[in-house]
Amino acid sequence: MMIYLDHMATTPLDPRVFDAMLPYLKEEFGNPQSVYDLGIKAREAIEKAREQVAYLINCKPSEVVFTSSGSESNNFALKGIALAKRREGKHIIVSRVDHHSVLNSARFLERLGFTVTYLPVNKYGEVDPATVEKHITKETILISIIHASSEVGTIQPIEEIAKIAKEHNVLLHTDAVASAGNIPVDVDKLGVDLLSLSAHQFYGPKGVGALFIREGVEIVPLIHGGIQEDGRRAGTENVPAIVGMGVAAELTKKELTERMAHVKRLRDKLVAELTSRIENIYYTGHPEKRLPGHASFCVEYVEGEAMLLLLATKGIYAASGSACTSKALKASPTLLSMGIPAHIAQGSIVFSFGKDNTMEDVKYIYSMNFRKS
Amino acid sequence: MYSKKVLEHFMNPRNVGEIPDADGVGIEGNPVCGDVMKIYIKVKDDKIVDAKFQTFGCGAAIAVSSMITEIVKGKTLDEAMKISKDVVAEALGGLPSKKRQ
Repeated sequence: MMIYLDHMATTPLDPRVFDAMLPYLKEEFGNPQSVYDLGIKAREAIEKAREQVAYLINCKPSEVVFTSSGSESNNFALKGIALAKRREGKHIIVSRVDHHSVLNSARFLERLGFTVTYLPVNKYGEVDPATVEKHITKETILISIIHASSEVGTIQPIEEIAKIAKEHNVLLHTDAVASAGNIPVDVDKLGVDLLSLSAHQFYGPKGVGALFIREGVEIVPLIHGGIQEDGRRAGTENVPAIVGMGVAAELTKKELTERMAHVKRLRDKLVAELTSRIENIYYTGHPEKRLPGHASFCVEYVEGEAMLLLLATKGIYAASGSACTSKALKASPTLLSMGIPAHIAQGSIVFSFGKDNTMEDVKYIYSMNFRKS
Repeated sequence: MYSKKVLEHFMNPRNVGEIPDADGVGIEGNPVCGDVMKIYIKVKDDKIVDAKFQTFGCGAAIAVSSMITEIVKGKTLDEAMKISKDVVAEALGGLPSKKRQ
């Protein structure tokens, strides 16, 4: 028996997505660049997926570039813009709570001679738009702020940051890997120039993502080679995965409102029960401006990995930001930058709900009793 | 990631608790970077007759604490001092490399 509550790590493939992908793993194996029928059908399939993804985020299909993952999209955005604009300026702004693929791309660019400002966050993990403005200089060419944190669920004020970026004529990128599929993501409402997506976060397959690049924005490719993706990202397209991403995007657009209401109900119930039944438990992240299915806590005096192991023995799969659960054996930088003391960050535990979870799952968790009689 | 033995010691740790009139108490570790272990021992005629532990830490930390309190019982203080981390790791059927510290 499994109760899967780690939808921030990945989500199960929707059976409707699987069905759509199957032909492209079997008889429709053509290369989309080929001139004959088999290739043309593959080409049409990926262009349809492109429209479906564009519809999800409200952009033009020509503004969508398929990649292998959210991490690749983030690398592409940071490095591609930095290189494209290197003669105009060398300063980049990111937040301390951004994903490793943004932070490490930024650190790499520092080694190439760029300067990077890593913006602090408040106790909820929020970036203050005023702080962004304070750090913009004539040299600033890119701001990259994550849309929502997978660790503490907090949603950043991207719209306000976008207004500031526009006033100062600086490009704005946002990593929407954790937000797309969980809350509405509209590139015009947000006001961003670039946006990263990952299919396996919204019931699509792993191995495919996308980068939205607003028309008119020049970017240097990360992967040079042939002419795929309009010369912006070489490599024979992962047709089945791209088809999968398209269908997942279409289903997400259609079902989002329902899904949001469903996970919010479950999440709110879990939070109410756990905070009333457990002593020394803290709900981390912003109490309201957060992903609807996201419940992150720190439990004092108990370590995160130990909690995950115990939960796993009962079939409950969750996540943690403790040092022991990280490959670097360091507590989550996000929790620490929120001012959470390291010894409390050690007790981090994160539950993220998905469309297939039920109230039974929630009841099971809060009724669990590990005490031995 | 963890061997059956490690999980066994984690789910059913031996010797958890305090010894109020302990002959020796040791505390090691730092909650900032990871685990904290407190070990109590009772000694008679230079031999460890009882050992208990209290640990804040992950699966490996708890399993190691449990195993070490089992291993030292009946040993002389000199013998106990010689027990290396490899001995403990082996008794647990091995530990993942990143957990060896």
